[in-house]
Amino acid sequence: MKSGSNLEKVLEAGHFAFTGELGPPRGANVEEVREKAEFLKGKVDAVNITDNQTAMVRMSSWAASIILVQEGLEPNFQMVCRDRNRLAMQADILGAAAHGIRNMLCLSGDHQKFGDHPQAKGVFDIDSMQLIAMVKKMRDEGQFLSGAELNEAPKLFIGAAANPFADPFEWRVHRLAKKIQAGVDFIQTQCIYNMDKFREWVKQANDMGLTEKVYILAGVTPMKSVGMAKYMKSKVPGMDVPDEVIQRLQGAEKGKVAEEGIKMACEQIEEFKEMKGVAGVHLMAIEWEHKVPEIAERAGVLPRPKV
Amino acid sequence: MIVAKRKPFEEIKDMIKDYKKVLNVGCGTCVAVCLAGGEKEVAVLNSELEMARKLDNNPIELGAKTIERQCDREYLEALDDMVKDYDAIISMACGVGIQFLAERYPEKPVFPGVDTTGMSVNQAVGWYEERCRSCGQCVLGVTGGICPVTMCAKGLYNGPCGGTNNGNCEISDEQPCAWFMIYERLEKQGRLDNILEFKPPVEWNDQVPRTLIQSGYKKPEEAA
Repeated sequence: MKSGSNLEKVLEAGHFAFTGELGPPRGANVEEVREKAEFLKGKVDAVNITDNQTAMVRMSSWAASIILVQEGLEPNFQMVCRDRNRLAMQADILGAAAHGIRNMLCLSGDHQKFGDHPQAKGVFDIDSMQLIAMVKKMRDEGQFLSGAELNEAPKLFIGAAANPFADPFEWRVHRLAKKIQAGVDFIQTQCIYNMDKFREWVKQANDMGLTEKVYILAGVTPMKSVGMAKYMKSKVPGMDVPDEVIQRLQGAEKGKVAEEGIKMACEQIEEFKEMKGVAGVHLMAIEWEHKVPEIAERAGVLPRPKV
Repeated sequence: MIVAKRKPFEEIKDMIKDYKKVLNVGCGTCVAVCLAGGEKEVAVLNSELEMARKLDNNPIELGAKTIERQCDREYLEALDDMVKDYDAIISMACGVGIQFLAERYPEKPVFPGVDTTGMSVNQAVGWYEERCRSCGQCVLGVTGGICPVTMCAKGLYNGPCGGTNNGNCEISDEQPCAWFMIYERLEKQGRLDNILEFKPPVEWNDQVPRTLIQSGYKKPEEAA
C-alpha cells in the first residue's frame, strides 16, 4: 500500500470505485461543509475537495478536507499550481498528511482570469505534471523536491486529471502516459458527454498498456437543465457536449429535464462498469450533493465496499 | 525588441505637478521603433503638458532631448551639461533606461513617461506581441521555437492543460494555445519525441537581479 487510503484499498481490491466531490464554502461556514458531507456518507469511497475552483477564493482545500476527516469521510485533497509556489505546496502536503489526509489530486488550476481576483499573479512555479513527481518523490524517496531528507514521508495516494476531449486529441493519451511516468496512481477525467470519443481514448490507453499502470475513474456530471448543457458546450473550455445530449434533454417532459440528466448519467455509469480500462466513476454533482445518494442508488453502486 | 506604451497623460501630469522646469528625455532605440518614447513622442507629450499646465495657470518649461540609447553610458553623457538646468526629468525609455538615467543623476527626481510591457515582435506598424520573458534557460530548441514560458498563460513545461479550446487558450478565443502550436509544429517536423519526456521543475534563475559578464570579459577595476 502506498497510502493505505480507502480509495487505494477499494481499487487494489478490484472494486469499481465511486468518488464524489464537495466545494468548500465562500466563507468560514463549517456547517455548510458538514451538511454537504452528510449526503455523501456511505455513498462514495472518497470525496474530492476542490481548491479555489474556477479561481474563486474559498475555504482552503486542506482545511475543508480536515473537516471531512473529522466527519468520518475520506477526502481527496485537491491542489492547484496557480496559487502556491513549491515551498507552500510542500508545506501544505506535509500538513495535510499530518492531519490524516491520504489522497491528493494534482492539478494545474483554472487560470486566475476566470475568478474573483482576475488580475492576481498566477504562480505556476511548477506544473501539474511536476507536482505529481514532487509528491511521489516526497512519498517514495522521503525527500523534498530539493533532495533534502524529510522527517517522515507523507503517505498519499496520488491522483491527477485527464481531459480526453481537449485538443489535440491525438496527444491526450501521450499526456496521460507522461503523468504515469511522473508517478500518478489514479486519474479522474473531465466530465464525459461525448461517449464515442471517450471510448476511443480509453482504447488508446488500453492499447498502450497504460490502464494496467493507472486507475482511471471516468468523470460524470449529470445535467440539471438544458441551459447548463448549452453553457457547458459553449462556455467551458475543453468540454465536449454533443448536440444529441442537448436534444435529449430538450425532448424531456416539462419539469423532467433534471430527471433525464440523472438517467443519462446512470446509463453512462452502467457502461463504465463494463468498460475495459475504467476502474471507477468520479461523480461531480456540482452544488447537487443532496442528489448523490439517489444517483448512487440508481446507478447500482451501493453499498460501497468495506475494505 | 523592448516595447513600451506611453503612460496615461493624467498620471504623467500628476507626477510632475510640483516642478516648473522638466527635461523630457527620449530614447532613440527600442521605444522609438515601437512608437512610444522616441523624438516624436517626446515632442507630442511636451506640447500636451505645456498646454495643460497653461490651462491650469501653472506654466511649465520643458526641455526635449532624445539620445541614441539610455541604457548606455556613452550616450547618457550628452545629458550631463543639460540636466543641471532642470528640476526634474521625465524618461521615455524602457524601465532599464529610466533607471540608468536616475542612477547617473541621483540628485534629480526622474519620472517614467512609459510603461514597459515586454520583449516583443513587430507584427505590423503599431502592433507588437510578446515573445520572451528572459527566463535565462531557453527551451525553444525542444518546443519547436515556441516559448511555453511566455506564450502559455500558465507557463507550463508539460502542456497542454485541459483547457485547450479549438486550438485556443482557455483565457481567450483570441489567444492561441502555445502547447497546441508546439504540438502541431513538432508533429510536422517529426519531432514529437521532444515533448514525450517529462520535463522536471525549472530551477528559476531569474529570481534575483542578474548580472552577466560575457566570457573573456570582466568588470573594470574601478567598478569592481
